[in-house]
Amino acid sequence: MIDYKMELNDEQIAILKGEKGEAMQQVLETIVLFGDIFGAKRLIPVTHKDTHLVTSFGLGVLKPLYACMEKLTAAGLKAQGYLTVDPRPLDYENVKCNPLEKFVFNKKMYTMQEPYEAYLRQLGLKDSNAFTCTCYLDEVGNVPKEGDILSWAESSAVVYANSVLGARCNRNSGMLDLFGAISGYVPEFGLVTDEGRKATWKVYVKTTKKPEAQVLGSAIGMKVMEEVPYVYGLDTFIGDELNNENKSYLKDFGAATASNGAVGLYHIDNLTPEAKKQGESLIVADAKEYIIDDAELERVYKSYPVMWKKADAKPNLCFIGCPHLTYEQLCQWTTDIVNGLKETGKKKVTVRTIMTASPDVVEKFKKTTKYQLLMRTGVKLSSICPLMYTNNPIARGMHNIMTSSNKLRTYSTSRYYKDADILSIITGKEVK
Amino acid sequence: MKEFKGRVIAAGNWEGEAIVSHGGVNTLATFQNSALNNKDHAIVGDQNNKDIYGQNVTGKALCLPITIGSTTGGLVIQTVCQMGINPAAFLFSEHIDSLAASGIVLARVWEKSDVIAIDQLGEEFLNTVKSGDKVKISEDGTVTIL
Repeated sequence: MIDYKMELNDEQIAILKGEKGEAMQQVLETIVLFGDIFGAKRLIPVTHKDTHLVTSFGLGVLKPLYACMEKLTAAGLKAQGYLTVDPRPLDYENVKCNPLEKFVFNKKMYTMQEPYEAYLRQLGLKDSNAFTCTCYLDEVGNVPKEGDILSWAESSAVVYANSVLGARCNRNSGMLDLFGAISGYVPEFGLVTDEGRKATWKVYVKTTKKPEAQVLGSAIGMKVMEEVPYVYGLDTFIGDELNNENKSYLKDFGAATASNGAVGLYHIDNLTPEAKKQGESLIVADAKEYIIDDAELERVYKSYPVMWKKADAKPNLCFIGCPHLTYEQLCQWTTDIVNGLKETGKKKVTVRTIMTASPDVVEKFKKTTKYQLLMRTGVKLSSICPLMYTNNPIARGMHNIMTSSNKLRTYSTSRYYKDADILSIITGKEVK
Repeated sequence: MKEFKGRVIAAGNWEGEAIVSHGGVNTLATFQNSALNNKDHAIVGDQNNKDIYGQNVTGKALCLPITIGSTTGGLVIQTVCQMGINPAAFLFSEHIDSLAASGIVLARVWEKSDVIAIDQLGEEFLNTVKSGDKVKISEDGTVTIL
């Protein structure tokens, strides 16, 4: 049996001794050794049993993943609740690919997609609509309550669940999320404890207008890295009551903090649940300070490298929706694009544009008249993961991708544009 | 010669070349291209990390504050360890972060990898060690810059 430091109960010790099989033994060994590194005193039960997994793609190279899945399913292990999973990598119907791309995707990259999804079904996949990074939206339904303990991993979902919903989850890695779902335990440390949820940074937003969510999140992420920021001043722009509009804003803001840094929890003064209840008592005595004004936002925005083959080229592909768009964002983009095209007298967007949202949100949107309006503009609607689509060896040579996602920019050769600039470009307006 | 003492996450004795990132290492962005292309070396693909971008980290001691970025990070570390293109050692100046810790544990438990990890070596360590320096790692967590 492994050496461990935390207190374990008889059932957990029995598992470590191998009394529930080798697969379960390795699952718990991993969780215990991981928790010991962080000084966890014990394992605590996962109270929100429905788990969201970060790994949705059957990349052939991830051999350890499939070896593990095979071992788990062969042992008859399953998640204790249902599983939602990050978006699928491909959608040939709505995101057309040329023969070279198809060859690379089908024969080189996602060679294990079908077998991997078969494993997910055996382990407890909710349904065929379960593939989205925004599992926490009402339409999708994997929505934890305040105070719930989770075993999730997708960074944008973890930071949203912690910050906006008030649930409790560490920034777990892929695999650890599944192991928590199967065992029903996570180690008690970090963001699942009161102490770990204290803010160590005071961030003051002193801009003259509502900051671009993705740039503000990026600036804060790069500054505080994995620490917890308490943000002042943002409520003056986005309000002091959570609603669909500012939850969409916080989704994008949080994803940028998590991918440009390693933020797992933020507090927004007067807005997010814990900040509303506990206020400045959430901040440690010696918290560091970061002031964000217009100049600082511009500095961060201008620091993003352009990774296109030719930096002065024009964009030829646009992705909007990483993380997946909310229903409200989808409606707003549709209105904006339709109005923008009216202004320029064009019928179709001038750059091939793909908007992404969860299958459940897309189904809801398709029942509205806006869906046909959007389709007439030439925009395609998909539920893929733009990152998985764009992040491949041939994308850089083939596409000049623009995006308003700082996560997508970070992990691919996509170029970041502000929302307003994207709208101008795809509707055929001149952009400075 | 300068000696630093850290906490052992995954023990081992090793001697070799250091490569240094003063900023957080984005695991997915760092390793994804090399892993995807089934390379026999890991060439850093993180465009935001000017310290190590474009450099080979396989078989070296990667000196860093923490890892950052996507929560696929642990699985990525496990995968590069399984492929044998991992840094021989991860030397963290700060407390190891949760994603790197997951990756090291996954590599040890599921891949029986001998990857070494030491954390809490301190800010002075990262300010002292330079890319290309020879370092010696002892199983008690001592790191010596030779």
